[in-house]
Amino acid sequence: MQRTPFYEAHLAAGAKMVEFCGWQMPINYGSQIKEHEAVRSNAGMFDVSHMAVTDISGLEARPFIRYLLSNDVAKLDKHGFGKALYSAMLNSDAGIIDDLIVYSMPFGYRLVTNAGTYAKDMEWIESQAAKFQVSLTKRRDLAILAVQGSQAIAKVAQIKPELAGPLSSLKPFMALEDNDWFYATTGYTGEDGLEIMLPNKDAITFWQELLRAGVTPCGLGARDTLRLEAGMNLYGHDMDETINPLECNMDWVIDLSDEVRDFIGKAAYLKLKASGSQFRQVGLVMQGKGILREGQSLIKDGSEVGVITSGTFSPSLKLSIAIAKLQSGVTENVTVDIRGNLEAVKVTSLPFIRNSNQAF
Amino acid sequence: MYLDDMKFTDTHEWVKVDGENEVTVGITQHAQELLGDLVYLELPAVAKQIQAHDIVGVVESVKAASDLYSPVSGEVIAINEAVIAEPALVNNDPHNSGWLFKVKLHDLAQLASLMSVTEYQNAIGQ
Repeated sequence: MQRTPFYEAHLAAGAKMVEFCGWQMPINYGSQIKEHEAVRSNAGMFDVSHMAVTDISGLEARPFIRYLLSNDVAKLDKHGFGKALYSAMLNSDAGIIDDLIVYSMPFGYRLVTNAGTYAKDMEWIESQAAKFQVSLTKRRDLAILAVQGSQAIAKVAQIKPELAGPLSSLKPFMALEDNDWFYATTGYTGEDGLEIMLPNKDAITFWQELLRAGVTPCGLGARDTLRLEAGMNLYGHDMDETINPLECNMDWVIDLSDEVRDFIGKAAYLKLKASGSQFRQVGLVMQGKGILREGQSLIKDGSEVGVITSGTFSPSLKLSIAIAKLQSGVTENVTVDIRGNLEAVKVTSLPFIRNSNQAF
Repeated sequence: MYLDDMKFTDTHEWVKVDGENEVTVGITQHAQELLGDLVYLELPAVAKQIQAHDIVGVVESVKAASDLYSPVSGEVIAINEAVIAEPALVNNDPHNSGWLFKVKLHDLAQLASLMSVTEYQNAIGQ
């Protein structure tokens, strides 16, 4: 099993370690609910070094990326370097191979992809790249730390005062490079903050400085409750190669505005769009006790009308919430089958929380 | 943490004798660590007759729902309202204020078949 550069720091902070996609990762440091609350009220930090950073350079980097991804990096041109874009990577059936963030860089593009899909992603990207004049560099020399919360940027600026000005002037989905370090205003929590890539050798020192500055270590448990509250998909649960992008709220990252651009999955996606979708993605909130969980069926008037793709307890709302696939047109009187009992749920829009407030 | 006056089951419940034929039941420190932050508890109704090994409730954490087994046979005489309101109490103090329910036993002899502290600690590898 693999260990990230922060491994010793996790142990020192009392982490409960688990195996996750072949990596030893912290699930919590005692209470995932307290960690969640720290991010919503102050600042928390997440080791996400298990994710993969791949740099793409070479003569045909731009046409390659425009072909590989559903979203169009041409939109980033006007911003120059240091702009981020969320995208799907589709297969030729318009199934979703992975979701990722792509950054425009001086050398070309940087992709950050999921840990659970690493082998599949790399095989796919490498085989597609063979048709283009590009070089791929896997950046396992970089650790990745997400620092999230209203105080996140302020805390990082305390430690890097020379960057305080530039960091505070970053808008969402931008990035700045400082020697080998890379700071991006992206995240998976619905809060302000940064995702920082830094040389492995600097990881532990940076962690300790943030800890001293009052940033709370947060594990995978809190990461999941935060992203669900923020209405963000988790690959392998809310979306995968078998779920139509229209059914998992991914149609907005498939950019058709440049009709001349061909990208993998375009033709199949246009067919799906034309025939319409039987299902759409919704949020669910349970008023009573009990927790909504992935795989539970949604029932209306005795028929199955959908399924929960991910569910949890929301520490911010103190209720259970879920992301679900629900038949188009069904908006109310939906129940969920929880261990044989039908419980009422409210169908809502996503996200549940925005800027630490209820948003539905 | 694990005191000599406690008895245990392999499903991680503990039992303490309160005097006469009454016991208090809860889940162990080990169980709450495995479960993580608790968010909901379903406890048996007061006056309910329960049997040892029955599923008498549900202990639900953010991660998963876990059946709550009764370690003893008897009548439920009290449940801990404090943990229903504040499930985190079970995480913070599982062996004392995080107790779950009290049972009036039909016979005390059944306690002999439960694990001792040493046996439980061996079972969980401590």
